[in-house]
Amino acid sequence: MNRVLVDARRLLCPMPVIRVQNSVANLPAGTLVVAYCSDPGALNDIPAWCRINGHRVVEMHSTEGEYVVVLEVGAG
Amino acid sequence: MTEQRKALAMISGGLDSLLAAKLVQEQGVHVEGINFFTGFCVEGHTHAIRKRSSSKPKRNNALWVAEQLGIKLHIVDIIEEYKQVVFNPRYGYGANLNPCLDCKIFMVQKAHQWCQQHGFDFVITGEVVGQRPMSQRKDTMPLVSKRSGAEERLLRPLSARNLPETLPERMGWVSREQLLALSGRGRKPQIALARHYGFDDFAQPAGGCCFLTDAQYSSKLADLWQARGRKEYELDDIMLLKVGRHFRPKPHFKVIIAREEGEGNFLQGYRKQYLSIVSLSHPGPLALVDGEVGDKDIELAASLVARYGKGRDVPRVEMEIRTPSGSSFLLNVQPMAASSIPEQWYL
Ligand code: SF4
Repeated sequence: MNRVLVDARRLLCPMPVIRVQNSVANLPAGTLVVAYCSDPGALNDIPAWCRINGHRVVEMHSTEGEYVVVLEVGAG
Repeated sequence: MTEQRKALAMISGGLDSLLAAKLVQEQGVHVEGINFFTGFCVEGHTHAIRKRSSSKPKRNNALWVAEQLGIKLHIVDIIEEYKQVVFNPRYGYGANLNPCLDCKIFMVQKAHQWCQQHGFDFVITGEVVGQRPMSQRKDTMPLVSKRSGAEERLLRPLSARNLPETLPERMGWVSREQLLALSGRGRKPQIALARHYGFDDFAQPAGGCCFLTDAQYSSKLADLWQARGRKEYELDDIMLLKVGRHFRPKPHFKVIIAREEGEGNFLQGYRKQYLSIVSLSHPGPLALVDGEVGDKDIELAASLVARYGKGRDVPRVEMEIRTPSGSSFLLNVQPMAASSIPEQWYL
């Protein structure tokens, strides 16, 4: 499966959301986007952004100060 | 059936922008939101950085507002373009380095351009006549409409009936009668309206919507410009101004000392860009040095940093100095006494 990686480490919110948003803008529905963040706020903000814009969070986990959100691009 | 009109609401995350968008949405207009990120936004950062606030779950208020309204939100990074607004505001600064009037004009202009590109009909803001000393006065609000280029396509639903009729009202896209005539700094009508719609837990920013209205922040920014000999900044610079204690012991360098663990973690991320100092012999904060420094400067900075660690009362403390390239060396210093830190070092 095609995965697009977004590196948003060392960025504070809302920059991780902006990075994800700008990457998703050019992607077809169904694509998986994996965002790597170091601001824990991304765990709230990226899912909130997904809910209002019609995308789906499929996985979230964190390891040693790094937070990973995987989302599936919606039909928009 | 008449065509559904589309409006773009400028969403700051505060209550006024929420209510303004709601009033228009209720009239059957399709509303989407736009939020601009300048780098100075109060939004979230201090929570993200400072550990002590982490007990309260943080959220992005603009996203929260959009979710309450059930609308899409477009977040736009305007960091680069916004610099010109901060450096050369045509209408000057407010009480601090906040160029509110130019800022409003710039943002409305961006929103208006977005509308033109995306087939939207008009822009909504949560502005209220007389609420802010600079950008929301009866004489400056028409200026914002005019200079942004949005002109009649800028609607302020909370104060619409105090202002000249706009295109959406004249065309019957929205009914002027159902818009409001709020004015002044009072918050009661907004709070009552929020209650009416069932919104609670909304954000009520005290001063302005950004750090530029903060006196201490502005003085640190002014110091940065003075030290560099011109008005300039990068995103990292303005982020760092939000963090830690800032000292300028000499015109050519500055020391940033973390105040608690969260800030220390945040500063860790900058150790590849700045010289950093931390105490090895005693627990103490991480500090960064911004500027070109010599041996004497480093020693001075290290003894200042030592003052903020647990070893402040012992005769000598061992400090580790690490360069951006990763090489490090040790320095044995005497912690500076509080009384020997000159007042003018504090930024
Ligand atoms: S407070 Fe900041 S963001 Fe708000 S209008 Fe003034 S300069 Fe712009």
